[in-house]
Amino acid sequence: MTQDYSDVLVVGAGVVGCAIAREVSRYALRVCVLDQAGDVAEGTTKANSAIIHAGYDAAPGSAKARFNVLGNALFEDWCRELDVPFIRNTSLVAAFDDSDLATLHALKTRGEGNGVPGLQVLTQDEVRALEPNISRAVIGALFAPSGGICCPYGLTFRLAEHAAANGVVFHFERRVVDVTRARDGLWQVTTADGGVFRTRAVVNAAGVYADELNNRVSTQKFSITARRGEYLMIDKQYAGTFRATIFQVPTPLGKGVLVAPTVDDTLIVGPTAEDIGDKSDTRTTADGLRKVVESATRVWEQLPMSGVIATFSGLRAHGDRDDFVVGEAPDAPLFFNAAAMESPGLTAAPAVAVWLAERIGEKLGAQRSSSMTPCPAFPKPFREMTDAERVAAITADPSYGRIVCRCENVTEAEIRAAVRSRIGARTLDGVKRRTRAGMGRCQGGFCTPRIITILCEELGLTPEQVTKFGGDSRILVTCGTRHAETDSDAACQMSSVERQEVSHD
Amino acid sequence: MTEIDVLIIGGGPAGLAAAIAAHEAGCRKVLLLEREPALGGILRQCIHAGFGMHVFKEDLTGPEYAHRFVQRFHALGLSAQCNTMVLSVTPDREVTTVSPTFGLQRFRAKAVVLAMGCRERTRGALRVPGWRPAGIYPAGLAQRFMNLDGWMPGRRVVILGSGDIGLIMARRMTLEGAQVLACVELMPFSSGLTRNVVQCLDDYDIPLLLSHTVIDIHGRERLEAVTIAQVDDQRRPLPGTERRLACDTLLLSVGLIPENELSRAAGVGISAITCGPLVDESLQTSVPGIFACGNVLHVHDLVDHVTVESEEAGRQAARYAQEGQQARGSDIRVRDGAGVRGLVPQTVCAARVTDGVPLMFRPSAVFKDAAAVVRIDGEEVLRKRSRIMTPGEMVRLVVPKDTLERYVGAAELTVEVES
Repeated sequence: MTQDYSDVLVVGAGVVGCAIAREVSRYALRVCVLDQAGDVAEGTTKANSAIIHAGYDAAPGSAKARFNVLGNALFEDWCRELDVPFIRNTSLVAAFDDSDLATLHALKTRGEGNGVPGLQVLTQDEVRALEPNISRAVIGALFAPSGGICCPYGLTFRLAEHAAANGVVFHFERRVVDVTRARDGLWQVTTADGGVFRTRAVVNAAGVYADELNNRVSTQKFSITARRGEYLMIDKQYAGTFRATIFQVPTPLGKGVLVAPTVDDTLIVGPTAEDIGDKSDTRTTADGLRKVVESATRVWEQLPMSGVIATFSGLRAHGDRDDFVVGEAPDAPLFFNAAAMESPGLTAAPAVAVWLAERIGEKLGAQRSSSMTPCPAFPKPFREMTDAERVAAITADPSYGRIVCRCENVTEAEIRAAVRSRIGARTLDGVKRRTRAGMGRCQGGFCTPRIITILCEELGLTPEQVTKFGGDSRILVTCGTRHAETDSDAACQMSSVERQEVSHD
Repeated sequence: MTEIDVLIIGGGPAGLAAAIAAHEAGCRKVLLLEREPALGGILRQCIHAGFGMHVFKEDLTGPEYAHRFVQRFHALGLSAQCNTMVLSVTPDREVTTVSPTFGLQRFRAKAVVLAMGCRERTRGALRVPGWRPAGIYPAGLAQRFMNLDGWMPGRRVVILGSGDIGLIMARRMTLEGAQVLACVELMPFSSGLTRNVVQCLDDYDIPLLLSHTVIDIHGRERLEAVTIAQVDDQRRPLPGTERRLACDTLLLSVGLIPENELSRAAGVGISAITCGPLVDESLQTSVPGIFACGNVLHVHDLVDHVTVESEEAGRQAARYAQEGQQARGSDIRVRDGAGVRGLVPQTVCAARVTDGVPLMFRPSAVFKDAAAVVRIDGEEVLRKRSRIMTPGEMVRLVVPKDTLERYVGAAELTVEVES
């Protein structure tokens, strides 16, 4: 069906794939990105803790340790360049007993070995001075000044925009089903819809599915388990309760349940850690949510259940090698893995991308482009503007004065811009993650109809075609009322009385 | 900066009634701000009847009820600014707004009336586990889809919660050809009005499953089914009672939350029980010159009561704008007694009342052949008997002015349900 040629083909449009695509776009190479979903950031990237880790957890000498510390150091510059929020809010690992305290000292030593700056073990008083709302059960903590928070999908949208501005082509709803080496030496990537993409180099950033891709081309097999984590999101009414990210002393399954502020002033609480057979199973469970609450209340005794605005779960790609798999597969030249990128995968993404792009550029004998188009400027969110900026924005475009999402103060101008951008929103969730419209305390209760209308206007859709996140996730059914009149939908069985009632409004 | 006498935030039934009352009390610089393109608030989408039985002694639809106030509002020459979102209110009543027509605006008001209404509780707040497909909507959003936008949200429907909007939507969706399988209520009683249970469920043979809840949600893209289960008296699902109902739509009618984000930022004290401002008998909040009425103060069942309450808030705001803060005598603290939740107002100044003071609350459970008893400093001053009291129907008692005048200097007023 499709025949498409590129120098570098990235499988996966999560934060890792988009970061690599952006970095590779610095070279004179034809780059494309394939993803099975209808948008970027639809897998692990959209549902994780959003923490930029300091780097004391990873085993010394591991890829995790190396890329974590390097990636952490890159985050400030990356986020500044892309104009996305990043806050070095610091982190604490809370200890509850003497054995935990001993673990803190071990973590500190390990962290120092990994090159993590400024680690200190704090006493209870010192912890309380930093975090007055922390439980008194916390008797000490490891303090890491380089810990931070970001918006993983916000970062990914901007990476994709920047990559696209530099010629990277994105193909959505393209699930890769096969990768083979053609007779002419090129890789041939086949998608579920029958597409064939020919490329010199493949980058495997397929998240929880990366093992399947690697194992098709390499005898150096690995396996990835989807490790599910459930979360609660707490309303920004509680902003400021904690400044730092507060971990608990880690367990063998991961870093445990954390409590952290987000860059959007909400608080995130979670995750659980549960290995799941089905790599697409992002359900939440009564048990999981209960565990999150039980564990989080060790740190945040007054965790306000009435302040919960959303629950969700995400899957991390846990590899059986217990480390990232980054680099060219030894027996499959020009097949590059960025796989098993569980925590601290987000933190490491910039460093992995820079490192891999250099390897790929070198292997393909490509020159760095003399000029890189800067990341296109995005309209500043209304909620972050000063009064003077607001006045100027509304003067230039009155739709900046029309608030669509009242909880997050998102304007019509921002929503239209999010749809019109290179990698634009096509769905309600796409708008939500790009603008925060529908992400606040009412969860779209008021703004959904308005956003449906804007999506229809911008994309030429009927309301019944608008989806939450693509596929069959339609918001409405075609047995419409007004629309049925023009569509003469036979399925619609509305009485004439009801029609009058509708037109009455 | 524009100077205003009484500035009203919200153009629903509460704001409209307050604006009209403030004007009739002699204020000439009254301005009403509304974020939607038209006045009327939530009534615009409430196309069912049942409004106005108390105020007009007529059975009106929501838009008809709103229209009467909108007409009166315009006939009096009152002004409203629609498409205008209030961004902030300061304790000294400086109000910042934004609109596409006027951009950023600042007002200084002698008095402010908060009339922003409420929002619906969400799935997230309930922590219903399962998948997160399309097809799960707050009942009021589905109502808006159908009645204002002309869109159909689904065909096979389960309703979680028996709040009034959910009950109304059970009937509405049935009339539009959808199949409503059940209304599932966690509590052993409906949280909506009895008349709505009868007219919207019973009349259409839609089962009301009390002491049941939704424990799982199925469907990756569009909703495919929900699992419901019976709960015990601790509201825990009972193993073995699970049932899977195939459906494409789940409507939530599980409570309304007064929208007090602006109020909080203005320093207004908020009740943990009503989630609305703490007010005195004049409906003044803890910030002098800021008043509250309607669903932002506490969630009502009947718009007629909203109207009466809001007229009082409008009159009191006008009086404040004209005369400034009144010297206050000592306050009587109002306290919820046994069987009573969310009494409004929370304080009464007996020396200052100009009329009888309405006390409103919800019974904390279902009581049969019960009486609501008002006591001041332990002495019974009022008793109202009812054949049945339920949490779904707000109780309103008016303590007469002359009674209160006998208790100037008293410390505490309590209301209790005796059964």
